[in-house]
Amino acid sequence: MGVSMLNLGAALPEMFMAVSALALLMLGVFAGKDKSFRTVSWLAVAAQVITIALVVMGDGGSAFFGQFSADPFAKFCKVLILIGSATGIIMAMNFAERENMARFEFPILITLATLGMMAMVSATDMLSLYLGLELQSLALYVVAAIRRDTVRSTESGLKYFILGSIASGILLYGMSMVYGFTGTTNFTVLGNTLVGGELPLGALVGLAFIFAGLCFKVSAVPFHMWTPDVYEGAPTPVTSFFAVAPKIAGLALFIRVAVGPFGGAVEDWQQIIVLISILSMAVGSFAALRQENIKRLMAYSSIGHVGFALVGLAAGTQEGVTGVLVYLGIYLVMNLGTFAVILCMRRNDRMNEEISDLAGLAKTKPLMAAITAIFMFSMAGIPPLAGFFGKFYVFKAAVDAGLVTLAVIGLVTSVVSAYYYLRIIKVMYFDEPVEGFDRNGTEMNVIMAVATIIILAFVFFPNPLMDSAAVAAASLFGM
Amino acid sequence: MSDWPILSIVTFLPLVGAALLLLINGEEATVARNSRWVALWTSGFTFLVSLMLWVNFDATTADFQFVEQADWMPGLNISYHMGVDGISVLFVLLATFLTPICILSAWEAIQKRVKEYMIAFLVLETMMVGMFSALDGLLFYLFFEGVLIPMFIIIGVWGGQRRVYAAFKLFLYTLLGSVLMLVALLAMYFEAGTTDIPTLMEYGFDYNMQLWLWLAFFASFAVKVPMWPVHTWLPDAHVEAPTAGSVILAGVLLKMGGYGFLRFSLPMMPLASETFAPLVFTLSIVAIIYTSLVALAQQDMKKLIAYSSVAHMGIVTIGAFTFNQHGIEGSIFQMLSHGVVSGALFLCVGVVYDRIHTREIDAYGGLVHRMPSYALIFMFFTMASVGLPGTGGFVGEILALLGAFEANTWVAFFAATGLILGAAYALYLYRRIIFGALTKENLKTILDLSPREWIIFAPLVIIVLWMGVYPVSFLDIMHVSVENLVNQVETAQAAAAQAAQLAAN
Repeated sequence: MGVSMLNLGAALPEMFMAVSALALLMLGVFAGKDKSFRTVSWLAVAAQVITIALVVMGDGGSAFFGQFSADPFAKFCKVLILIGSATGIIMAMNFAERENMARFEFPILITLATLGMMAMVSATDMLSLYLGLELQSLALYVVAAIRRDTVRSTESGLKYFILGSIASGILLYGMSMVYGFTGTTNFTVLGNTLVGGELPLGALVGLAFIFAGLCFKVSAVPFHMWTPDVYEGAPTPVTSFFAVAPKIAGLALFIRVAVGPFGGAVEDWQQIIVLISILSMAVGSFAALRQENIKRLMAYSSIGHVGFALVGLAAGTQEGVTGVLVYLGIYLVMNLGTFAVILCMRRNDRMNEEISDLAGLAKTKPLMAAITAIFMFSMAGIPPLAGFFGKFYVFKAAVDAGLVTLAVIGLVTSVVSAYYYLRIIKVMYFDEPVEGFDRNGTEMNVIMAVATIIILAFVFFPNPLMDSAAVAAASLFGM
Repeated sequence: MSDWPILSIVTFLPLVGAALLLLINGEEATVARNSRWVALWTSGFTFLVSLMLWVNFDATTADFQFVEQADWMPGLNISYHMGVDGISVLFVLLATFLTPICILSAWEAIQKRVKEYMIAFLVLETMMVGMFSALDGLLFYLFFEGVLIPMFIIIGVWGGQRRVYAAFKLFLYTLLGSVLMLVALLAMYFEAGTTDIPTLMEYGFDYNMQLWLWLAFFASFAVKVPMWPVHTWLPDAHVEAPTAGSVILAGVLLKMGGYGFLRFSLPMMPLASETFAPLVFTLSIVAIIYTSLVALAQQDMKKLIAYSSVAHMGIVTIGAFTFNQHGIEGSIFQMLSHGVVSGALFLCVGVVYDRIHTREIDAYGGLVHRMPSYALIFMFFTMASVGLPGTGGFVGEILALLGAFEANTWVAFFAATGLILGAAYALYLYRRIIFGALTKENLKTILDLSPREWIIFAPLVIIVLWMGVYPVSFLDIMHVSVENLVNQVETAQAAAAQAAQLAAN
C-alpha cells in the first residue's frame, strides 16, 4: 500500500463515526429535543462499540496520501479512546437527566470529539494532526460549557477555550517553523530528513513549540494550570471524560510526534521530556496534598499520571513506548472506576464533591468503600494491583535507557502521591460516618465492578494488554 | 503427594478463605461468629499444610525445594517462581504458625467489623508466605509491598487513639524504602536480563554496581527491620495497632527485612556487603544500646516492647553481616525466636489491655495476687526475651554473639553490653506490672487467664522451650543452606581480594 493512495478503507472506522454522528444529529433534531436524549445516547454508545469492532478488524495501512495511518499503534489507542468515551456517555446519562443537562447534543459532541481523537492518533502528517486535534478541542470546549446556565460550567468552558486556543496557536507556530526549515509536513519524510546529526536550529525551536502545545493538551507541567479549574467546573461526567479519552489521545499523539518525525533526534528532546515529566510528577504529587475537592484532586492526580507516562516516553525506546501504552490502558480502567465512584457521591439527590463527604463510607456502603480503596491503592501504585504494573513498565524502560535518576525521582514522588490516595481511604475507613449516599445506578455498579475485576486480575493475566501494547509500539518503530 | 504445589497451596489458601468470608452475609452477630470460625479453620488448615513443608524438607541440600515455576510474563522473562531453602522454610512456618494465634487472640478483642478484620489477616498471611517463598524478584516485591495494604487497614481501622498517624507513618516510611529497592531490582534486571533470584545469586555484579544496589536494598530492608535511625515508625505502629496486629508486625513483618538481607544483599552483593558491614555493625550497636535505654524510660507497655524489638533486631543484623556460619545461623534463629517471643509478649499486653483498656505501666501493679498464671506466663516470656538459657532467645543471641566475636570482638563487646540493658528494662517492666501491692481499685476484680488464652499461650510456650532445649531440630534445617551462603560470600570476597592483589602486582 503505497503512500500515494487514497485508500479509504483504512479510514473506515472514522468514516463510520462521522456518518453516525451526523445521523444522530438528524435523529435528535427531528425527534424533538428532550425526548431523544436517552435514545441518542445509547445509539452513540452502539456506534462506538461498532467502531471498536471496525478498528480491531480493519487491516490497517495508510490512507489519504500518507496523511493517515491505521497501524497497530493507532488501533491500540483508538480502542482505549473508544472504551473511554463509550463509558463516558453511559456514565453521563442518569446524571444529565437529574441535573437538567439532558441535551441530545451531548453524546453527539462526545462522538465528534472521539472522532477527532481517532484522527489525531492516526495522523502521520502535521496537517491531519492539527485537523484531528481541533475537531477534538472544539467539541470539548462546548462540552465543558454544556451547562450554560451555571456559572462554574461556563467559566470552565471559557477558560478551556481561551487557553486551548493559545496552545493550538503555539502548536501551529511550531509546525510552521518545522515546515519552514525542512520543507515538509509529512512525518515519514520528516523522519528521513532529520535522521542523524543535529536538528537545524529552527526545527529545534519548532519542536519545542510543538511540544509546548502538546503539553497543554495532555496537561503536563508547566502547561497544566487550566486542568484543576476545568475539572472542577465542568459537570462531573464531562470531567470523567476529560480525564480519560483526551489524555490518552494526547499522549498517543505526543508519542507519535516524538518518535516518528523526531525519532532520529532523541537526544535533542529527551531532556525536555525528562524535565516535563519530573515537574508533572512533582506538581501532581505535592499540589494534590491539600485538595479538599475530589475533582480537583483527580485533576492533580491526572497531571501526576501524565508525568509517570512521560517517563516511558523519555526513554525514547520501543520498551518505553510499550510501557506508556500499558500505563494508559491501566490508567483508563482506574480512572473510569474512580469517576464512577465520584458520580455515585449523591446525597438527597444532590451531588457531593468534597473528600469529607466520603467519611465513613466503609460503614454505610462497605462494598463501594472497598472498591474505592482498591482504586486508590492501585492509583498509588501498590502491588499487586494493576496500577503498580503501569509504573513498573515505564520505570523499567527508564532504567534500561539509563535514566536512573529520573526513575528514583519518579518513584519518590509516587510515595508522596500515595499520601493523598491513602487520605481518601482514611476518610472512608477511619472516620465516623456521615449520612449515607443515595442508591447507586445499575450502570455505575457495573462499571465499578468491571474496573475492580480488571485491576485485581491484572496480576494474574498481564499478557493480553502487554502483548498488544508491545505489538503497537513495535509498529511505531518500524519492526 | 510430592507433586502437589504445596507452596502455592500454603500461599493462596488464606486468600481462598478470604474470598469465602466475602460471601458471608446476614445478621451482624452471626456474620461475626462465622467469620471468626472460617478464618480460624482456614489459617489452622494452612498451618497443617505448611507442616508438610517441614516434614518433606530435605535438610541435606542447599538447593531450593518444592520449586514451582510457571509462565507469568514471558515477554519480559519474568516467571512465577516459588521455592524454599533452609533459610526461608522456617519463616514460612513462622508466618503460618502465628496467624491462627493472632486470629484466636482477636476472638473477643475485636467486636466491630469482624469480617473485614479476618479478611485483612488472611490476605496478610498470603502476602507473608508468598514473600518468603518467592524466587523471583518482582514476585518478591509484589508480596513485600502488598503486605502494606492489609497492615494499613488493620492499624487504621482497629487501632488505638493515634491510629491514623501510625498507619500513615508505617505505610509511607516502608513505601519510600521499597521504591528504592524497586529501582535496584530494575537495574539488576537490566544488567542480568532476569529477575529470577537463583540466577541473580550466581550473576556476580561488578563492585561499583554492587555498592549502589546494596544501598538501595538497604534503604528498604533497614526500614523494615527496623534499624536505627529509621526505626521511629515501629513504636508508633506497635502502640496503635490492635494486639494481633502488633503480634504479626513483631512476629513476621520485621523479619522481612532480615530475610531480605540474607536473600538479596549477602548472596547478590557480597563485596558491597563486606564494604558496608562496619556501617551495619555501627547502626546495630547504636540500636541495641540506644533503644534499650529508651525502653527503660517508657511508660507504655507496648512502646517498651517495641523498642526492645529494635534492640533485638540489632543482634539479627549484626549476626547476618558477620559472614560466618555461627553469626548467620544465630541471626536466623534470633529472628525466629524473637518472632515467637515478642509476639507472645504483645499477647501478654493484650491480655491485660482487654481487661483494663490501658497500656500505661503505672496503671498496673501487683497483678500476681489476682493473676498467678498470667504472672507465670509473662515471666516465662520476659525471661525468653532477656535470653535465659533454656529458652529460644538464648540460642539465637549466643550464636549471633559468637559469630560477632569471630568477626570483630568490639562489636561483640558492645552488643553484649546491650543485652545487659535488655535484662534491665525487661525485668523492670515485669516488676512494675506484676509485683508490688495490689492497690488499684480496678485491678482488684481482674480475672486470670481464660481457657481461650491458655490455648493461645500453650503452643508459644512449647515452641520457645523446644527452641531453647533442643535447637538442633531448627538449626539442622538451615545448616546446609547457611553453609552454602557463607561459601558463596567467602568465594566472592576471596576472588575479589585475589583480583585486587593481582592488580597491585
